[in-house]
Amino acid sequence: MNEFCFKDCTEIRELTGKKADDEATLMELIEEAPLDSIYYHTHSYFLRHFYIAGPYPNDFANWAAVQVRDKALGEKLSGVTPSPSHDLESVRNELVDIIDAHLSEIRTVPAVIFGQPFYFMKSKIIEVPTQLSVHDLQEFRDALAVVHASAIYNHIFEARMRVRRGKSDFALWLEDVLGLKDLAAGIEGIDAYMFSLEGLRQKILSLCDRELQKGSDGA
Amino acid sequence: MAPNITLESYHNVAPAGTIDLAYKLSEQLKGRTMLHVNSTRWGGGVAEMLHRLVPIFKDLGIDIRWDVIEGTPEFYQVTKSFHNALQGESQVISPEMYETYLKVNRKNGRKMDLNADFVVIHDPQPAPLIYKRKKDSAWLWRCHIDASHPQRKVWNFLKQYVSRYNGAIFSLPGFAQKLSIPQILMYPSIDPLSDKNRDLSEDEIEALTGPYHIPRDKPMILQVSRFDRFKDPLGVIAAYKMVKKYTDCCLVLAGGSAADDPEGRAVLNEVKSAAEQDADIFILDLPPDANLQINALQRRASVVIQKSLKEGFGLTVAEAMWKGKPVIGGFVGGITVQIVYGQTGYTIHSIEGCAYRIRYLLNNPGVAQRMGEQAREFTRRNYLITRHLCDYLALMRMYIR
Repeated sequence: MNEFCFKDCTEIRELTGKKADDEATLMELIEEAPLDSIYYHTHSYFLRHFYIAGPYPNDFANWAAVQVRDKALGEKLSGVTPSPSHDLESVRNELVDIIDAHLSEIRTVPAVIFGQPFYFMKSKIIEVPTQLSVHDLQEFRDALAVVHASAIYNHIFEARMRVRRGKSDFALWLEDVLGLKDLAAGIEGIDAYMFSLEGLRQKILSLCDRELQKGSDGA
Repeated sequence: MAPNITLESYHNVAPAGTIDLAYKLSEQLKGRTMLHVNSTRWGGGVAEMLHRLVPIFKDLGIDIRWDVIEGTPEFYQVTKSFHNALQGESQVISPEMYETYLKVNRKNGRKMDLNADFVVIHDPQPAPLIYKRKKDSAWLWRCHIDASHPQRKVWNFLKQYVSRYNGAIFSLPGFAQKLSIPQILMYPSIDPLSDKNRDLSEDEIEALTGPYHIPRDKPMILQVSRFDRFKDPLGVIAAYKMVKKYTDCCLVLAGGSAADDPEGRAVLNEVKSAAEQDADIFILDLPPDANLQINALQRRASVVIQKSLKEGFGLTVAEAMWKGKPVIGGFVGGITVQIVYGQTGYTIHSIEGCAYRIRYLLNNPGVAQRMGEQAREFTRRNYLITRHLCDYLALMRMYIR
């Protein structure tokens, strides 16, 4: 009952048929997009880029910087990431506020000339149970080291944002079942948007190793 | 049909965890029935893909069938016009032509066994078969063509059938339409074990490319594509000539046979005259089954070009990237999602841009090698048949309750 079962995931990407060719249209469409679409463009990025990262951790910032070649807006949007006190609706509002303020500072509306339009998409996640179920921290650490990267995405971002558990599955289990409050807080304290999934795996592994080391030093 | 293909065959080429993911996704689907319907058993990307995918689905315990509609020459003429109209070319389609299209589909509908839990109908030719759907099965329409700017009248006609499906699958976001049904994004894929992509030894490469007498002492630039204006072979020659002023190299333009295509023949002649008096330009008019030769040429190339002006998905890019080559491609269609600028190659907008990037990569072999390695990994994750398989399995899981 107290075990932790790792679940991989795979994503089905859906096209909404909505697209923006300029920044004003982007803003309007962000205002009316379903939250699933906001989530997709600020998170699914991780599933699509295991190794090769774009300049910024969300599709809106990358589009402005790369396709419109408006590096200023790209930079301004780059920092918009959710947090425990910053849900997807807040993310949407912040994106709109930033674009609105940016457009009010310039005379023309930057548009795509040689780049691609922004295509609004959303996704469905299919969870896939693995054979990996663990009962203590050492087992957890060893399984985390080998699990498919999509499991890390599933237990961190999906759990926090879409399933709305507020915290990652890892932190909830480590705290509630193993009583490892500090380790759970350490995992929740990682700025996950600054890593690839592989980078995130390494970061969590090092926190686990430190905790295991503490345990063996104290024993 | 490709013999002895099992999922295990891909263990050494698929990304870590993907084979397990496919097995796990298929666990709840064992014994479920799947049917693919298209218009041809041989020739073309769809048939090529199904020849490889069907045995793997079988290996996973899915009861899969692949059926092909039968048509008359008039029918195929009509569907060719449909195809062109959906790709934006102006076409006149008479009421009689629409009737021919529907009549052939009705006839096929009466003859074919279309009962399956999950049915995938490929492209416009068999789209009206949707009238045979049973209540408890899921039908998806898979559009492989660039229908981003279709001739409105033809699309509106087709839309009345497409709208009755449970979902439509497109290859790029830009191909999506205004539809009331879910629209799924699914990239096409390459098969790393096929003749076109499998590993080749140095001896094999030498044996396969030797007959073309391409010099060994200078870097080779390659474009593989049919002789078509949209592939801009003349632009590639112009870019090569700009590079040649600074860096010695040779150019290979390898294309499919233009024998049955008057337009292709005209382009081939123009390419030949543009290449005249340059012994370092090699124009290879290859037969349709020259898969191993194309594989060997891609492996021998220093830089691969796909300088298209208009493109559907352009899987030749993924093919070259799989061989560890950086690709310089036109900023159109699927090339834009396959090339990550500065990481797996460069997308370019002009002949000058193409020339500059060729020069840069030829003079920085270390950068070219790093990009090539990243290109191979990017392809491994995103454009191999194993990912395609998982996409279909995930869709089955979503649609079959």
